[in-house]
Amino acid sequence: MEKKKRYVNAPVVKKDAKALVTGKPVYTDDLAPKNCLIVKVLRSPHANAWIESIDQKAALRVPGLRCILTWEDVPNKRFTMAGQTYPEASPYDRLILDRQVRFVGDAVAIVAGENEAAVDRALALLKVNYRVLDAVLDFRTAKDNPILVHPEENWHALCPVGADNKRNLCACGESGDGDVEAVLRSCDYTIERTYHTLANQQTMMETFRTFTYLDTYGRLNVVSSTQVPFHARRILAHALDIPKSKIRVIKPRIGGGFGAKQTVVSEVYPAIVTMKTGLAAKMIYSRYESQIASSPRHEMEITVRAGADADGRLRALDVYTLSNTGAFGEHGPTTVGLSGHKSIPLYRTEAHRFRYDVVYTNRMSSGAYRGYGATQGIFAVESIINELAEQMGMDPVAFREKNMVREGDIMPAYYNEKSNSCALDRCLARAKEMMNWEEKYPARDMGNGKVRGVGVALAMQGSAISKVDVGSVSIKVNDDGFYTLMIGASDMGTGCDTILAQMAADCLDCDIDEIVVHGTDTDISPYDSGSYASSTTYLTGMAVVQACEKLRENIIAKAAQYLDCKKETLEFDGKKVYQPEGDKEITLLDIGNRIMCNNEDDLTASATHSSPVSPPPFMVGMAEVEVDKETGQAELIDYVAVVDCGTVVNPNLARVQTEGGLAQGIGMALYEDVTYSAAGQMYQNSLMQYKIPSRLDVGRIRVDFESSYEPTGPFGAKSIGEIVINTPSPAIAQAVYHASHVRVRELPITAEKIFFGMQEQK
Amino acid sequence: MKIQFVLNGKKITAEAEPSTTLYTFLRDLGCLSVKCGCETANCGLCTVLLDGKSVLSCSVLAGRVDGSEVCTLEGLQQEAEELGGFLAAEGGEQCGFCSPGFLMNAIAMLREWKEPDEESIKEYMAGNLCRCSGYMSQLRALTKYVAYKKEGH
Repeated sequence: MEKKKRYVNAPVVKKDAKALVTGKPVYTDDLAPKNCLIVKVLRSPHANAWIESIDQKAALRVPGLRCILTWEDVPNKRFTMAGQTYPEASPYDRLILDRQVRFVGDAVAIVAGENEAAVDRALALLKVNYRVLDAVLDFRTAKDNPILVHPEENWHALCPVGADNKRNLCACGESGDGDVEAVLRSCDYTIERTYHTLANQQTMMETFRTFTYLDTYGRLNVVSSTQVPFHARRILAHALDIPKSKIRVIKPRIGGGFGAKQTVVSEVYPAIVTMKTGLAAKMIYSRYESQIASSPRHEMEITVRAGADADGRLRALDVYTLSNTGAFGEHGPTTVGLSGHKSIPLYRTEAHRFRYDVVYTNRMSSGAYRGYGATQGIFAVESIINELAEQMGMDPVAFREKNMVREGDIMPAYYNEKSNSCALDRCLARAKEMMNWEEKYPARDMGNGKVRGVGVALAMQGSAISKVDVGSVSIKVNDDGFYTLMIGASDMGTGCDTILAQMAADCLDCDIDEIVVHGTDTDISPYDSGSYASSTTYLTGMAVVQACEKLRENIIAKAAQYLDCKKETLEFDGKKVYQPEGDKEITLLDIGNRIMCNNEDDLTASATHSSPVSPPPFMVGMAEVEVDKETGQAELIDYVAVVDCGTVVNPNLARVQTEGGLAQGIGMALYEDVTYSAAGQMYQNSLMQYKIPSRLDVGRIRVDFESSYEPTGPFGAKSIGEIVINTPSPAIAQAVYHASHVRVRELPITAEKIFFGMQEQK
Repeated sequence: MKIQFVLNGKKITAEAEPSTTLYTFLRDLGCLSVKCGCETANCGLCTVLLDGKSVLSCSVLAGRVDGSEVCTLEGLQQEAEELGGFLAAEGGEQCGFCSPGFLMNAIAMLREWKEPDEESIKEYMAGNLCRCSGYMSQLRALTKYVAYKKEGH
């Protein structure tokens, strides 16, 4: 008998690959109607100001100008742009346009015209009279500062996250287990350090963009580069103060997201223009706007205390995170949680504590960026583990082998979840072997003025938000017996359309080309909270498995009706339903065609899945960095990563996810600086200043997998999308330390910081 | 101003403002494979061939192509599919937004050098940024393509 082709765990080429590599017009701007209005936003030059007046007279005379909107033209109903499940943890602190502008780049007015030249001319002619206010620019002074970022009375928080606008607090909280102070007092070794990470930009190649139009029924249609079509529909309904039934959101191909597009950054502007004018409108963010007025990573300053005994046993971890949400609270209350909940559980401890404050400042609002707070927390916790091991005279790998989480452990810092699938020990052993750690640790003088050091870090993440996220699919049989798989998840380049089809093809024993994937259109697709929080493979994947199981049953039941026999006597092999112990059979092709005529129930199935747990993927990263003793220049030579994402659904796509996430992490560690003028203007406002790594900057990246099997995931799979960005900062920082004896605790690790650190030692 | 040039093998006469960039001009003419990622000549997404040489169309004025020959991925579909197939086989296209610019420059490179080694590929392609892939899959794809061509395909 011919062996059935299996797709899960095979390097299947992405379903959209051919269209993408031949440059087909599949992205938002490619699909926008030619005659749609061009929408742009006038942006504040001040970090905090009150708009006294806006003189539109000259601007309104520009030929081709169609509309100017100011704070007087928008609903006075606050909302959040955070793409989260309702009720959102992020406070309702925004208006589409507000009279108070809260950061350099905040929206002052919306201008729409028939062409870009007219819009640019009108923007230049708008005369805004600002009353400039003192600003809160340093997040260390924001809490209880007399200057309030949100003094307004209609600011409100839907969830009890410890938010208080009269204290500049977006959230605060505390959790823990055991008596941290007592345990730390009794430790042989204790250490306390503070680490600082910046508001890094996702820098997806396709900037934020949306076009909108009214359809035949007068409904607002929104085509947008978004990871969260359903949340976008709700947010737009709130922002525009119109019923959700009047809005349809469609997601075409997306040119990268990485969390940036989990915030509704660009959608409201063309949407309100279309609502006001009745005309199609589009907003394409420039790279400049994407840098200064978007949704970057939350800047965090994290202070960690750790204690261990002389026998090498880690006993306590105490983490305090100060997070800067900027002018608005998008993802502020939730990102901070991961800085403790997805760093502390990497280790077995007797006691732990996690405290945090999330503060408003007059900076651009932060948002969601791959890793979502875990990245910042893991930089701090993995760095202190490295520093503690150093203080104790232990090899940091040996220290981890002794203390890291193992399969079967209960993780008190991770909601008391049990680690059901964890190959962290195998990942560490494999990484050590790939890096040749024993030989290279801690450093080697190359004899040419350069020293090569190595560093290590562990990482974890989650797989979807437990008890919150929802993945849904529906699948139907068409004539000739092919399937349509309707998903609400958003493929943003990562390939979820393909991997979900791989799973469906294996569940239904068919060729992957027989599975047509359709996503995402809020009018048609089943509800899915969206593609974020490392949820799609794990959660929507499980919904695929469940829906396919139901569909198999429905196909057999339909066949039993057509064959006039008991369904218990039948089996389905993907091509036909037949009696193993009889002679009746009918092909799926025939079933598909027969249901098109004189049929009473459609051959479909759907499933919605939510998970009570969020099983963490794990990984180990090791860096080898060469430092020039004279200049402080640090060059990444080699990066080794070994990942446990459970079953690898598509080895090619998982590998590229890992390599790509590592490259972003390398950028964060070494190159991507974020600095401001005294007045609060961000200097890195183009790709000339904001240095994402080129292919000459990432050294050699080597990836391997050590799979565990996650019992609650589809085919044993966990997530991979986010975890992969978490190890480079701590591993590279330690490699630099080993090469130069300079500890850089504030990212990025630049040549200047290393150079001046080496000077101090002299 | 009136611009006469050859676009993907076809003679074209079109109007453009003196300040129009080649990027905008080409997209207005329907070459939607051409993408823009930065506006400051840093990312390589808008790469097209001008008289056979790769240029960044965001930083070339449309007027400059008068009397010249311009080629976009729309005019190189066969090469795109062949070379792009190697990229897809590695899963390296990911979101795909940088793929047209990447492939244009790779095609330019392969016309210049028949058998570039890894270091040469990295240097030639350094101006093509990608945020999804971490570049390793692109390198694997190009290396395998070079080997495939060496076998006489």
